[in-house]
Amino acid sequence: MKKFVPPIILAVLCLLPLVGLSSYVMHILVLVIMWSIIGMGWNLLGGYCGQVSFGHAAFFGMGAYSSGLLYHHLGISAWWGLLASIPVLTITSLVIGFICLRLRGAYFALATLALGEVLRVTSENLVKFTQGDLGILIKQRTWVEKTWYFYVILLLAAGSFFIIKKVMESKLGYYFVAIREDQDAANSLGINTTLYKTIALCLSGVLTGIAGAFYMNYMGYIDPTTVFPLYDISIVTVMVVMVGGVATYWGPVIGALIMVFLAEVIRSMPGIGAAHMTLFGILLIFIIIFLPNGIVGDFRKMIGLFKPRGALK
Amino acid sequence: MSLLQIREVSKRFGGLAALTDVSYSVEKGEILGLIGPNGAGKTTLFNVVNGFYPPTKGEVLFRGKRISHLQPYQVCKLGVGRTFQVVRPLQRMTVLDNVIASAFLRAKDKAGAERIALDALQFTDLYDDRSLVSKGLPLGKRKKLEIARAFATQPEMLLLDESFAGLNPFEQNELIDIIRKVKAKGITIMIIEHHMKVIMSLSDRVVVLSYGEKIAEGTPKEIGNNPLVIEAYLGEAESA
Repeated sequence: MKKFVPPIILAVLCLLPLVGLSSYVMHILVLVIMWSIIGMGWNLLGGYCGQVSFGHAAFFGMGAYSSGLLYHHLGISAWWGLLASIPVLTITSLVIGFICLRLRGAYFALATLALGEVLRVTSENLVKFTQGDLGILIKQRTWVEKTWYFYVILLLAAGSFFIIKKVMESKLGYYFVAIREDQDAANSLGINTTLYKTIALCLSGVLTGIAGAFYMNYMGYIDPTTVFPLYDISIVTVMVVMVGGVATYWGPVIGALIMVFLAEVIRSMPGIGAAHMTLFGILLIFIIIFLPNGIVGDFRKMIGLFKPRGALK
Repeated sequence: MSLLQIREVSKRFGGLAALTDVSYSVEKGEILGLIGPNGAGKTTLFNVVNGFYPPTKGEVLFRGKRISHLQPYQVCKLGVGRTFQVVRPLQRMTVLDNVIASAFLRAKDKAGAERIALDALQFTDLYDDRSLVSKGLPLGKRKKLEIARAFATQPEMLLLDESFAGLNPFEQNELIDIIRKVKAKGITIMIIEHHMKVIMSLSDRVVVLSYGEKIAEGTPKEIGNNPLVIEAYLGEAESA
């Protein structure tokens, strides 16, 4: 039965645009799916392999810029960025991995956090190459309607989901989890921890970068503060996975759904709209205390939380 | 030629000499017991052989090949498996997945790894517990799981670091049987142990370390009568 869940959900999503949803709802759906991909990418590295990154904006931004710069400098369609971001992000990940993966735990997290910021500041200052704070604008977007964007991102998400599932069921998956649980033990069991951490980082970076390249095409405009920000991308990525469920297949999807909707709802509320980060922070604290494995990971426990006390007998 | 040769190995941590000029060999097929008072450098020696620490001086040869200065995963690939004194199962994985993760070293695909892993579990009497999450296992079974994981890398030599610590007599006997079975498969074993009963009944030869130096080497019987060894242990007892 469980085997059929992903295809059924995919089929339902494919049919969704036919219902005639408003452009706004379609926009939200596109964002949800895009964030699921970013979440899946982060989850591979942070959830399964245990290397928590606070700098995924670096990958997202690199993907977005590799797409945008192709368009800006060479005049070719920014959609090529989806392909171009694969080698760009692989190389970026190798460089980042070489620097950061020799660090463990909190130090790795701090190093990635710094890298995201370094890239933001760099892209702000390389004015000749990146246009700096002016940003990059695609003069004519491919489609006016959201429908095709929806299908493109859905296809990418389905592909990512499939790849991650295949990876996690293979030798790689076992090695990633072994590294997460105990690097020294993994090492002495014949696992080249540096190599496999680097592979996890590359896969994670490429997935996130592809989402970034899509973002460039979809939004038609990027600048350093929209694609490299610490809070709006790096931290939200961590939150998407934490809320949804670390190291679960569906966690990033559920997390993205909740986070995007929540952001929209809070932002549209008069008075507290500007405080959405504060509310996110409170939500994160709640999740860490009560549902440390996220909504998917602690689903049973969550049901228990809402049951009346007597019913637990 | 000996399977493992330890040649004048010294290891210093800053000013502390954890090991000083330790030399001995382990012959193919034997069980070598490594004993000594607390802090004698037994686990440090394992860490040097296993590749966690490069020796400050000296070298370690496995099948005539120099393995000191290799990484632990390379040493493991060459055929030296190890267990840890503080058991380190991959907590959030099931028992079977734990062993599969290490079985992949010698398997081409998942089916192969699973076969090796199930074999290893049967070998260590953990087959019935294979779908439990390792976090909740009692100590005795976690110790066995450590051995199963190391065994699944199909080693030529196993380093067992205090596999008996904290076990009750019944579990100890079970583990002795398992280790004898491992030996019967032709796997050479070097074991660190504090239980004299275990060491004396299992080992073919015993090496004694004290303050980072080798003070004796011989059959269990010779070791039991060696005045230096008795002094090392009684000295510790007096100051305790």
